[in-house]
Amino acid sequence: MLAVVGTVPEHDFPLLAGKAVLENGNIYIQGKKTEINRGTPALIAAAAKVAESLGMEAPFAYLAGDIGRGDGSKMLYQYLVDHLGRTNFHTIAFHYLQPLVEWHYRILEVIEKLTPRPVLIADAGSMYMAKMGGQAEDYDLFTPDIGELAFLADEVAPHPFYTRGFILHEENKVPDLIARAYANKNASQYLLVKGSKDYIVSKEGVHGIVDNPVEESMEAIGGTGDTLTGIVAALIASEMSIHEAAVLAARINRLAGSYAHPTPETQVMEIIRHIPEALKVCMVDQ
Amino acid sequence: MAMLGFLRKNRQDISRNVNADHGFLVFENTGEVIQAENLLKKNGWNIRVMGPPPEVRKGCDLVIEFPLIEELKIIKVLQDAGIPPLQAVPVTDPLLQPVDLFSAKDFGRYLMVKAANMKLTVDKGSLVIVNVSGGGCPDVPYLAWQMVGRHLNEAPSPREIGHTLCGYALQLAYEEVKKRCSQS
Repeated sequence: MLAVVGTVPEHDFPLLAGKAVLENGNIYIQGKKTEINRGTPALIAAAAKVAESLGMEAPFAYLAGDIGRGDGSKMLYQYLVDHLGRTNFHTIAFHYLQPLVEWHYRILEVIEKLTPRPVLIADAGSMYMAKMGGQAEDYDLFTPDIGELAFLADEVAPHPFYTRGFILHEENKVPDLIARAYANKNASQYLLVKGSKDYIVSKEGVHGIVDNPVEESMEAIGGTGDTLTGIVAALIASEMSIHEAAVLAARINRLAGSYAHPTPETQVMEIIRHIPEALKVCMVDQ
Repeated sequence: MAMLGFLRKNRQDISRNVNADHGFLVFENTGEVIQAENLLKKNGWNIRVMGPPPEVRKGCDLVIEFPLIEELKIIKVLQDAGIPPLQAVPVTDPLLQPVDLFSAKDFGRYLMVKAANMKLTVDKGSLVIVNVSGGGCPDVPYLAWQMVGRHLNEAPSPREIGHTLCGYALQLAYEEVKKRCSQS
């Protein structure tokens, strides 16, 4: 089963822990409605669509309200430290969380004791936190975009905001950035780098490049990275290998985007609704 | 599957990394440090006053260690109180500078500007913000919710309602979009 940990951009949103049920374009967790716009709800919705299509259990969500003050994230961290030790998730995806290194260590201490150990995925603030704290290699998969890859490649930057210019200039040299991130131990076991071409790599090399179909507008649409992470997380939780899941997820996300005929004005929900159709086509092709 | 290396890391590595999410605020004089310390503590931030690292060559002989991720909000609070810091720098490397590179993509009707990990897209005709993408701190979805669908001059700026370094990067993209749109 997949667990997703993240936040909702509402200050007074309560801490919720429960299965995410998709209904009429919204997610319901413990009976509470969560709008799908972007961020973690978009990731959960994408994962729920994949789970539904494959006949799997709905993802389990740990959510709290946080608008950048870190209060909701801290509540979630405490809850996870108290409860995660009694779970047996196959895969855990960490997402929009305030990066707080000390809390991150405490969560990893709990996960270290889980048997079997879950597959660990990090995107967004959770990925920043893992790199910042020197724990990137403890994760199985990161899903950075090219700018975030430059941050992973910069061994001294504590956040993408401080990525040094000479490394940002290398954005068109993705293989070099990947090599630098691995050389400095700032990458997870696998990387799914999203961009005009999606790269699926590990320390051993490139496992796949997905560059079709091309929809340039996708870069401007908030949440398309979240949907990709949701799709790959659900596929991994179906016990597919990480690199196969990453290649398939990249294809599904691109195809779902293409079905939505996107413009830079498109909102991510329009793409999420095409995921089942894209999944079906990509599974047949595979 | 990855083997967790957490317990294998030595104490020195962990104590160094625990501070990786902190920064230093540098002030002109100790009077400002004391005022800023009181103000930030009153607002609930976990901060401490300490001696500056050797790399910091500006300001007085005290600095404030603060949660780096919340740099945008903390600087705004200090600016509003009339005690802006001379510098805010990461603990891990005080010589690092915020990103100052922008890239833009013209989609015809739309313009997207990227600063660090954040992208802001506007309709060039109506000047309505149509999308915000990138980033990873929890205020990013909040900022997008507040800004998308609003005119560039009417939307709240990330500086006003954001908190984090991602919000700070979005502020830079927002200023760059405004500059480019006012020139066209």
